[in-house]
Amino acid sequence: MIRTARRRHATSGVMIGLTYLAAILATLPLLLILLHLVKQGASSLSPSFFTNTPRPVGEAGGGMANAIVGTLVLIGIAVAIGLPVGIGAGLYLSEKKTTPLAHSVRFLSDVLNGLPSIVIGIFAWEFLVRPVGHFSALAGGVALGAMMIPLVTRTTEEMLGVVPTSLREAALALGYSQWRTSVSIVLRTALAGIATGALVAVARIAGETAPLLFTAFGNQFWSTAVREPIAALPLQIFTYAISPYDTWHQQAWAGALVLISIVLIISIAARFVTRSRFGAPVD
Amino acid sequence: MTAFSARWLEGDRRTLRVDQAAIGDRFYELITTAAALVIPALVIAIAIAIFAAAWPAFARVGLSIVTSSDWDVVGGHFGAAPAVFGTLVSSMVALIIATPLAIGVAVFLTEFSPSWLRQPVGFLVDLLAAIPSVVYGLWGIFVLIPLLREKAMPFLRDTLHLGATPFFSGAAYGPSMLAAGLILAIMALPYISSVSREVLLAVPRSQREAALALGATRWEMIHDAVIPYARSGIIGGIMLGLGRSLGETMAVTMVIGNRPEISASLFAPGYTMASLIANEFSEATNDLHLSALMAVGASLFVITLIVNAIARWLVWRVSRSRS
Repeated sequence: MIRTARRRHATSGVMIGLTYLAAILATLPLLLILLHLVKQGASSLSPSFFTNTPRPVGEAGGGMANAIVGTLVLIGIAVAIGLPVGIGAGLYLSEKKTTPLAHSVRFLSDVLNGLPSIVIGIFAWEFLVRPVGHFSALAGGVALGAMMIPLVTRTTEEMLGVVPTSLREAALALGYSQWRTSVSIVLRTALAGIATGALVAVARIAGETAPLLFTAFGNQFWSTAVREPIAALPLQIFTYAISPYDTWHQQAWAGALVLISIVLIISIAARFVTRSRFGAPVD
Repeated sequence: MTAFSARWLEGDRRTLRVDQAAIGDRFYELITTAAALVIPALVIAIAIAIFAAAWPAFARVGLSIVTSSDWDVVGGHFGAAPAVFGTLVSSMVALIIATPLAIGVAVFLTEFSPSWLRQPVGFLVDLLAAIPSVVYGLWGIFVLIPLLREKAMPFLRDTLHLGATPFFSGAAYGPSMLAAGLILAIMALPYISSVSREVLLAVPRSQREAALALGATRWEMIHDAVIPYARSGIIGGIMLGLGRSLGETMAVTMVIGNRPEISASLFAPGYTMASLIANEFSEATNDLHLSALMAVGASLFVITLIVNAIARWLVWRVSRSRS
């Protein structure tokens, strides 16, 4: 009350200015990271990067073809686990909103989502690596799949919740059975949204490294066998980044550029899948 | 009873279809319930896996795994206190840097942003969450650390004379608690800002209009009417960011220097629980060593569980009052 109006308006102006500054500072790191990735990565990308396997230090022409394929294999296993379980659980949650099981599933899904990825890696190691005595793509895929489940569950439930009840009632009134209504009417209506959620989940697990350290482990050679250790792009980037060799550092940048391109393309695709259907992106 | 048997006796096609539908419904319910049950089963399995693997170490050294700072694999001493310290300090540094920025961005996006900027800025900030942590680590090693070593650290220590305080003293190696905190701040920012944005949007219009009608400036409206209303949700967002930072592994491992020492200076290298596991796992020499690493993992599991539970509860309180 004592402060003059002028002073109060000046404070207001300064603070609003600071929020503009915060917006600039917050977007700056992303732009810097992308800038460096493109600058450093593009110069070391070559066709051989996509066709060759890693070579020893000093030998030119090494690539990460096996790691790119390995990452795709791991994503495939993860999707095969995470998508059906996540969609099934999402269907359950949207139809049985208030059962005790629904409440605990919702809570535990949040718990699972918040667990450090390295802890999930330990879990996969304990059940799938330790008993058989060697690392495997399967263990890595299971760890990534476990990380996908809560993400898919949550978006599925949210997207199903948006489907109008009248649609469900109309189908039931026409004599559709409960399950046909759920699967071919409700689920189908929400499909675009669920696809977005699935893509976002894939984008997130594609770059995961920590759970792969002691499950997929990495591999310098070609391998697509699910029972054997498998190479993965993030693991290869990590190994090369902490190595002391300049040529390997260049390879790490190139790998990071490829990895981030994959992740960003999936993320942006996810945005457009929803936009085309509902007019506005849904996060 | 009679109607039921009559239906069976009649055996016409329509009854058959109703029965088939009932079987279909039963089957559908079974499948979705099974899928829902996978989640609790998974969480329980993870808890069992970790605590079973950690048990030999807990039985041997007890809680000194997190209180002692003597980590001697050969001698069988496993005290990960420096890693616990590093986990907490790096996350705190991250929150101190990220929180004002994230809230600033959230306020900007919900209140002040020109509408054409809202989408792109929001999208860019959200994209920070999509960048893989190993890419953050790579950028940290080759861009952030040289920058800290040659510019930022000498500037803080000598030009600003902060070297006199214990927090900014000592040699500027580069890999340090400060580097880890900065990387974690960038990584936590999108989580804090997206939750803050949501709860700020949930603040009713009447709250804003009442403040303005009383003669508040736009900032006073935010500060006195909007933020207090959204406070617990924002704190929930900060806790979520904290949960992420505590468990972050790769980016931190790549920039923190991995030295198991407790130092007050942010310029000194450190260690975190997650990076300890990541670093020593592949070279674990014996079962007890492995088990000790699992015990560190179990401690991390418990800490993040508590932090996340508090976060969810705080966010839930705000969203409940909205509906």
